[in-house]
Amino acid sequence: MSISMRLVPRHQTSTGRQLAVLLFSLLAGFVAVGVVFAVKGVNPLFALWKILAGSFGSFYGISETITKAIPLILIGSGLTLAFRAKFWNIGAESQLLMGAICATWIGLNLGTRLPGWMVIPLMFLVGFLGGAVWGALPALFKVRFGVNEVISTLMLNYVAAEFLNLLIVGPWKGATQQGFPYTDDLPAAATLAVIPGTRIHYLTLLIALACAVILFVLVHSTTFGYELRVVGENPEAARYAGIDFFRTTVILMVISGGVAGLAGVGETAGIHHHLTYPGVISAGYGFTGIIVAWLAKLNPLASIVSALFFAGILVGGDAIQISLGLPAATVHVFNGVLLFFLIMGDTFVNKRLVVIRGRRS
Amino acid sequence: MGSIIVSTLIRTLIAGTPLLLGTLGEIVTERSGVLNLGVEGMMAIGAMTAFTVTLTTGSPWFGLLAAFLAGALAGGIHAFVSITLKANQVVSGLALTMLGLGVSGLFGRPFIGRPLPSKLSTLPIPGLADIPVLGRILFSQDPLFYLAVILGILLWILLARTRWGIEIRSVGENPAAAEVQGVNVARIRYLCVLLGGALAGMAGAHLSLVYSKSWTEGLTGGRGWIVIALTIFALWNPLRAFLGAFLFGCIFVLQYLLQPIGVPPNFLAMMPYLATLAVLLAGGLRKDHRRLLAPAKLGEAYTKGER
Amino acid sequence: MRTVEGAVLHFAVRSREVRRFAARPRGVRSGRLLATIMNRRGIATSTVVRYSQNIMPKIDLLEMIDISKSFHTIRANQRVNLRIGSGEILGLLGENGAGKTTLMNILYGLIAPDSGEIRINGQPVGIQSPRDAIGLGIGMVHQHFMLIENHTVAENIALGLSDAPFLSPSRHVARRLSEFGERFGLKINPQERIWQLSAGEQQRVEIVKALVKGADLLILDEPTSVLTPQETEQLFVILRRMSAEGHSVIFISHKLEEILSICHRVMVLRKGEVAGKAETKDVDKRELARMMVGREIIFRIERPALKRGELVLEVRELVVPGDRQQVAVRGVGFQVFGNEIFGIAGVSGNGQRELVEAITGLRRASEGEVLLGGQDITNATARVVASRGISHVPEERIRFGIVPNLFVYENAVLKQHRQRLFSRVLFLNFGSIRKYASAIIERFNVSVPTIDTPVKNLSGGNIQKLILGREISGQPVLLVAAHPTYGLDVGATEYIRRQLLEKRGEGLAVLLVSEDLEEIFELCDRIAVMYEGRFMGIVSTAQATMENIGLMMAGSMPEIAGGGADPIPADAGRGLE
Repeated sequence: MSISMRLVPRHQTSTGRQLAVLLFSLLAGFVAVGVVFAVKGVNPLFALWKILAGSFGSFYGISETITKAIPLILIGSGLTLAFRAKFWNIGAESQLLMGAICATWIGLNLGTRLPGWMVIPLMFLVGFLGGAVWGALPALFKVRFGVNEVISTLMLNYVAAEFLNLLIVGPWKGATQQGFPYTDDLPAAATLAVIPGTRIHYLTLLIALACAVILFVLVHSTTFGYELRVVGENPEAARYAGIDFFRTTVILMVISGGVAGLAGVGETAGIHHHLTYPGVISAGYGFTGIIVAWLAKLNPLASIVSALFFAGILVGGDAIQISLGLPAATVHVFNGVLLFFLIMGDTFVNKRLVVIRGRRS
Repeated sequence: MGSIIVSTLIRTLIAGTPLLLGTLGEIVTERSGVLNLGVEGMMAIGAMTAFTVTLTTGSPWFGLLAAFLAGALAGGIHAFVSITLKANQVVSGLALTMLGLGVSGLFGRPFIGRPLPSKLSTLPIPGLADIPVLGRILFSQDPLFYLAVILGILLWILLARTRWGIEIRSVGENPAAAEVQGVNVARIRYLCVLLGGALAGMAGAHLSLVYSKSWTEGLTGGRGWIVIALTIFALWNPLRAFLGAFLFGCIFVLQYLLQPIGVPPNFLAMMPYLATLAVLLAGGLRKDHRRLLAPAKLGEAYTKGER
Repeated sequence: MRTVEGAVLHFAVRSREVRRFAARPRGVRSGRLLATIMNRRGIATSTVVRYSQNIMPKIDLLEMIDISKSFHTIRANQRVNLRIGSGEILGLLGENGAGKTTLMNILYGLIAPDSGEIRINGQPVGIQSPRDAIGLGIGMVHQHFMLIENHTVAENIALGLSDAPFLSPSRHVARRLSEFGERFGLKINPQERIWQLSAGEQQRVEIVKALVKGADLLILDEPTSVLTPQETEQLFVILRRMSAEGHSVIFISHKLEEILSICHRVMVLRKGEVAGKAETKDVDKRELARMMVGREIIFRIERPALKRGELVLEVRELVVPGDRQQVAVRGVGFQVFGNEIFGIAGVSGNGQRELVEAITGLRRASEGEVLLGGQDITNATARVVASRGISHVPEERIRFGIVPNLFVYENAVLKQHRQRLFSRVLFLNFGSIRKYASAIIERFNVSVPTIDTPVKNLSGGNIQKLILGREISGQPVLLVAAHPTYGLDVGATEYIRRQLLEKRGEGLAVLLVSEDLEEIFELCDRIAVMYEGRFMGIVSTAQATMENIGLMMAGSMPEIAGGGADPIPADAGRGLE
């Protein structure tokens, strides 16, 4: 008698089960990361404690977590839109950068010449457009030329990063920055106010929360959201139904890219106040955003919670870098492991393990 | 002038070798129907493993072997998640990339910047290496180059002219039909993904042992993604992979050539990525023809008994 | 075991000559030499013939004993007993869902039975996978061909063929193919790619594939569903020759005529149980049908004669390209009126799909015109076409007609979601959508737990009813239905057909594409037969016969009493009797 195991599709999935699987996946992910730490010679529980303490254990920690959650909410919710349509937008990093670049241009050139109240809104608008255009490019490439969006968005990531590098050591190099690769600082009118005692640029935070809500409504209650979901779930039925694939894809990338661009504006005007190396400005938010969206099960509202969670990991990761001397790459390990366990968990939501006893007939 | 051309060609072949190895691996993987976007991560793991093992054991050959195995292991994770668990292959590949970059950065930290004492020296082929010009370019290269070339030819023969090749390609085109003929779809896919991972690992090893003879974070520099694009450019044919890999190797080398004459370095750094885009866009112009050549069921999970 | 060594071992011939022969290297031995040796030992010629051609008589008797299989709550097979001997052609009859395919999948190793056993030549055997089945001499040709479209014939046959050499297996296969070609009259070009072949030719590849692997017993699942009547005859010739050589065939079908024509014996399954067994010479269609359905079935639905309505659809000289640079529709012209069902008959693959797609806005026509109610809608987008009143029940319902992961109420407005009733400015009006969905469910008898169920949980018949309901409820002027009852059980099929006739009575114009000639004759007022992109003729159903239609489906023009097929009577508008 032989025993084999098979994955058998489930009929019903309840939200309760989904949530349970999610939590279990995260737990398993943490355990796995703990193992990695242990191999590296670090006490996993100690590391975990340090991470939690770093991100949620103090006023500073919590404020930092919220600060880092702002771009993640924006990018995460934008990506839920793209992923729902099965458009794999890996380019949020560069969409963010383009938003930052465009906003900086406004800030540096018009920041002192326009009435104060106009500058910030204009920066956000232009930042949105910058990210939107950069996001629309891969959409165009896919629809008109059949180019795989994973590769085109990635390539554009590198192109945008090098473009920024070019700007900060070349034409935009700050005269006041003593040779550092920065642009000039943004004038006061072009910077965002923060909550005193923190780095939380609250205007962007409000915009982020608003975007999450708007995108949620968009996905579930509008015609566009419906068409987007049909395109993602069954593109051939979408064609049959007369849904314009081209229009849908471009619009969704305009939104997804634009929202990432808003994140770029926030980072530049609220945190750094000038442009510098791409790695500093976008800080891997584009990639972390992918996991944020996935953890949120592609629900824009849930991405708020998911963003806070991953922001916590980022902040905690910074903390253990300092205290335990671990490299920045540690965060990548976290992200990769957690994402793996999340998708493994996905499998068990829709299927269950069945033990089949083989028989000889 | 002539010597510049010769040295350029030599360096083109060196630069193209990791791209060729990676592309060959990804071609085999994708032909069996599995999309593995984790090449960047697998390459990073291979690079770091090769470097650290070579440093600690003193033998680059151990380093190569370790990279081969490490790459296969990394590929194995993706194989398990994609084939057995039938999860979303795109996201799994991305997760593998993150994990690979993270793990290699984490464990490679102590080795950053250390010099490589025992190198993988070039292996001139006796007799052929003496041919003027060509001998220096083609026949005085490192062992991995020869391996890549031989592997490319072998893989072409395997895919096009052997029974195993028919099985692999059938599994990628129509796994249900293959299964009905008694072919074990999952096993073939596993083997192909593992091989793809092993080759990506070796590509990474080349980067750290031959190309740059050092290890830093970010050594792979997006080459894994270029490999994925090259797979499409090669139309999933190992022989065409030669063309793509060395073409892009050339572009990497040109960066250094054009710098002295005043072309801004950042623009040059963009070149490989812009070139990838351009190549894919051009390929898209003859859309129908290209689509017919991708394995029909690429990226789709197969459930046994599903028809 | 099909090799020469196998023959020798099985025979256990204690002959020094044979042993010496067996000791030779593989390439040097030959079947003919062995045959000569064995003949001299006094072994019967017919047996020698089989050995010399590398075939062993593996299956003299195959028995499936008390086979049961359930899927969750559905009892697919209940204690089914089946016997088949060498040289027999056994028909397996039953409607969709009766358990025929499940039983054969068990025999072929694709599914494991819950209980029961299989015996070959009296010995129990275990079949855990197709590989085992192939090893035992069982081959299967599925209803939907399991061929690799982009590969050549030789590559398809070489797949999984353990006899084939490691290097260049295609060439080896090409040689074997010519052998088979001669024995059974199967002529195939090994270098052609599968997508270049017709359905009949692809089926022959499937049969050869099974035979080359040493199949003694061949299972054919609904083999004639893609063949013209003439190709069916050719298939029967091949099957008879196989049976004469000692091969056995299990012939699954729901077509009574064919079972009676080709099979020696027939077994009828109904709802998973054996409902009857008989020798085909002892029964007729009525009895078989009764065993199949359990009651006397009426073969035809009444189609009342109706006065033809206004001209709704006119197609003029339409030329439509196919997917692979060929021309799929070569200048087709016809008209469809209200109160009428216009049928397009013909084997799939002759341009019907492209024609339907061109009319519904899913494919560009390169020449010609499509007019709806006098207005030109040639090459309008699918959305515009739908808004002008053309509804479409698509060919593959799950692939094109619904979004499986979305809910029932969301699918109920799949094409209509942009209509004013359901969406205002940007937002969807869920209230009216849900009401609309509930109305469809009720009116069209769709069995669902709630309208919030994911539509993938529904059965095929209910999905089709939902689609039909959705397409009809919008009060279209023209309904295009492509193979609407394909794969449905008798109940759903009957329902859908009645619905079409009912709507016809209410004034709807219907364009019906179907491979099922019975359905065409039942429902249509006029029939066009499509062959290689053209209409071979348009005839009124009253004047058509199965034979004429069959001939046209195969490309020949029949003699029709009263002159050629005239698509439109001179006085359009008079009722068609």
